[in-house]
Amino acid sequence: MRLVYFAWVRERIGLAEEEVSPPAEVATIADLIDWLASQGAGHAAAFADTTRLRAARDQSFVPLETPIAGASEIAIFPPVTGG
Amino acid sequence: MIRVRVGPEPIDLAAELEKAEQGGAVATFTGIVRADDGVSELRLEHYPGATEAALEVLAVEAIARWSLHTATIVHRVGPLRPGDRIVFVATSADHRAAALESCAYLIDRLKTDAPFWKRETVGETKRWVEPRTTDDAAADRWK
Repeated sequence: MRLVYFAWVRERIGLAEEEVSPPAEVATIADLIDWLASQGAGHAAAFADTTRLRAARDQSFVPLETPIAGASEIAIFPPVTGG
Repeated sequence: MIRVRVGPEPIDLAAELEKAEQGGAVATFTGIVRADDGVSELRLEHYPGATEAALEVLAVEAIARWSLHTATIVHRVGPLRPGDRIVFVATSADHRAAALESCAYLIDRLKTDAPFWKRETVGETKRWVEPRTTDDAAADRWK
């Protein structure tokens, strides 16, 4: 599964994207964030406050409770400020 | 007709306006980078692919809701300076109310529904712009 990061999430992790194979018990994007936070200091810093995180599954905005099964790309980012 | 473009190129108002002119009324909005608090650079990051799709969805919604002839959204990304055009929106309809309302709709929804993030440079400091609750309220009024 491909993960992509934007804005300060990308900066804190130090990566724009990565490939991961989370364990089977990681069912939702929220679970994925918890699992990633245990994988390194940058991930932990980026994901310290989940209320400031938003996500997209295969390029559509979705809630963090959304399942990840079958997804090819998950994006994790701060609330948007565009326009 | 929908025209959506996201890229680093400067926005050519005359060219964009000419393509948007259909029907009896055209409304446009141009967003310009402000030098608030001494901002010297505004850098726009986006989610390639997802951004264009999100803008297309907004344009399709506006065309259906107001029976528009055209909906144009041009958004710049990358480094911008105060005075630069950052976004251009144009809508055309048979009458002015539909053109003006749909233009306001697109501007409001762009703030909250398109994956753009802004980073300001002030002096030596770079900081990510925080979302504003007033932007959420502006977008919510169209629901």
